[in-house]
Amino acid sequence: MTEVTELTRPEGEALNSKEVLLNLGPQHPSTHGVLRLVLQLDGEYVERVDPHIGYLHRGTEKLAESFTYTQIFPLTDRLDYLCPPSNNLAFAIAVEKLLGIEAPIRAQYIRVMMAELARISGHLLITGALPMDLGAMTALLYVMREREMIMDLLEMVTGARMHTSFCRVGGIREDLPDGFFPKIREFCDIFPNRIRDYERLLEDNRVFLKRTQGIGVLSAEDAIDLGLSGPNLRASGVDWDIRRDEPYEIYDRLDFNVITRNEGDCYARWRCRVDEMRESMRIIEQCIEQMPEGPFQVDMPTIAFPVDKERVHCSMEALIQHFDLSAYGFSVPKGEVYSAIEAPKGELGFYIISDGSPKPFRMKVRAPSFVNLQAVFGVTNARYLADMIAVLGSLDPVMAEVDK
Amino acid sequence: MSVEPFLNRALILERFGETIEDLGTAHGIDVFVVPPEKIVEFCRFLKDQPEFRFNFLSDICGVDHYPGTPRFEAVYHLYSLPNRCRVRIKCRLGDPPEVPSVTGVWRTANWHEREAWDMYGIRFTGHPDLRRIYMWEGFEGFPQRKDFPLKGYKDKLNPFGAEGPPPTQPDLATRDIP
Repeated sequence: MTEVTELTRPEGEALNSKEVLLNLGPQHPSTHGVLRLVLQLDGEYVERVDPHIGYLHRGTEKLAESFTYTQIFPLTDRLDYLCPPSNNLAFAIAVEKLLGIEAPIRAQYIRVMMAELARISGHLLITGALPMDLGAMTALLYVMREREMIMDLLEMVTGARMHTSFCRVGGIREDLPDGFFPKIREFCDIFPNRIRDYERLLEDNRVFLKRTQGIGVLSAEDAIDLGLSGPNLRASGVDWDIRRDEPYEIYDRLDFNVITRNEGDCYARWRCRVDEMRESMRIIEQCIEQMPEGPFQVDMPTIAFPVDKERVHCSMEALIQHFDLSAYGFSVPKGEVYSAIEAPKGELGFYIISDGSPKPFRMKVRAPSFVNLQAVFGVTNARYLADMIAVLGSLDPVMAEVDK
Repeated sequence: MSVEPFLNRALILERFGETIEDLGTAHGIDVFVVPPEKIVEFCRFLKDQPEFRFNFLSDICGVDHYPGTPRFEAVYHLYSLPNRCRVRIKCRLGDPPEVPSVTGVWRTANWHEREAWDMYGIRFTGHPDLRRIYMWEGFEGFPQRKDFPLKGYKDKLNPFGAEGPPPTQPDLATRDIP
């Protein structure tokens, strides 16, 4: 028989404990990119958190100052790489405001439809990634299946799966291809049932609920004070959606609901996104129904590329126009503009100062993920290290956008 | 579609009078120029005044007008959630640029100001934790200034950078954690 020695602690002596500094990241599966959190731990409790960002800093704003306006579109793709059409759209609207033009109605419908597809694609990833961070791997594999369908649609329209560079100032690059509508209708038929599938997988999952409900609560006041926007803010009960409150493009012609939740916890943030996908589906269906015929680019040879590329080979004027735009770009009148859209992550704003040349004097990107990430300072009820993972996952920061 | 100009200018001008400059409306947003020493008071006024309630700080950014003077600018974009309207505030700053921090008014200003410090070297006095945010600690110079070369300065890690010594600016805000 083995003798059991009881470990005893001398009377009055405190348990030997000291605070630990832990590096979470920069390479860690649950930071969704290269984010490094320096955590000061007391046992398993998080005492202090200090996010270190900048590992993906590419100097988008500095680069933009040396690019023409058309050349900047590929840079915007790389901000929130899960939903590039939204970023393209935000930038295009800002430049169009400076120029005082508007894209043709058909182009606006197509842009909105693509932006909503992008929103679904972005929300799908978080629908699967948050449960994965908490140990439920299954959902992620299913959402990838539907994301692939969206990727196919994006590829069909833009020629690229991820970096679409799809909008142009004053319209879009190309019209919708043949066979697009049957394909997107097929997606519209399939997808709502699939959303139901994810819900059935997760909303009665006790582990998932325990790990997210009541965890990482942000009150409405705190969320506004910390500058949160998008679904993160609406999950705290603030009813604000730029699509409805400052309608851009053709959003004022569409009928959709703004989803809000009052709890402000991780589950509410996840839930908001799942419900928003349904609203996005409704918007896409309305876009398909109302899609007008007509041009997809403004008829301004000084701004838009020739619509018919063949003309470049047989018309001198079209050749000059094409060369001029490719080599020198177009000049934008002096002035400054701030224009914001409701990107999947929140308020995506472009502040552009133009000095009248073909390149912006200053371009500032108000990246929603950058601001949303600050919420890690404001959450309550997230004392454990494991809760920090749930909070991070539910805030859904895309590091490429945080670091610009 | 642009937002309707909403601001009651008379109320602002009555309170601040000569000290602020009204630049009118540009693309749907009202613009005011405020001297740096008044910025905190002005922001707090816009936030607390029941008629405005600009409770949401969208963005703070730095601008470099090199070689023009005054060289720097700090630009604030505010949004009013109750009234659904926006306003832009500008602070013109000399060299070296310095402006009081508005972190006491909105907590979200924290990272925006760190970014402006990192990229333009605008010192926000009274900021609780003014460190570099994107560039690494010990980096010299402020990369988004107009006189900073696009490819950076040449050193052993950056063989394609521009010739010339990097500017030696004392980085007073290097403070490691904890």
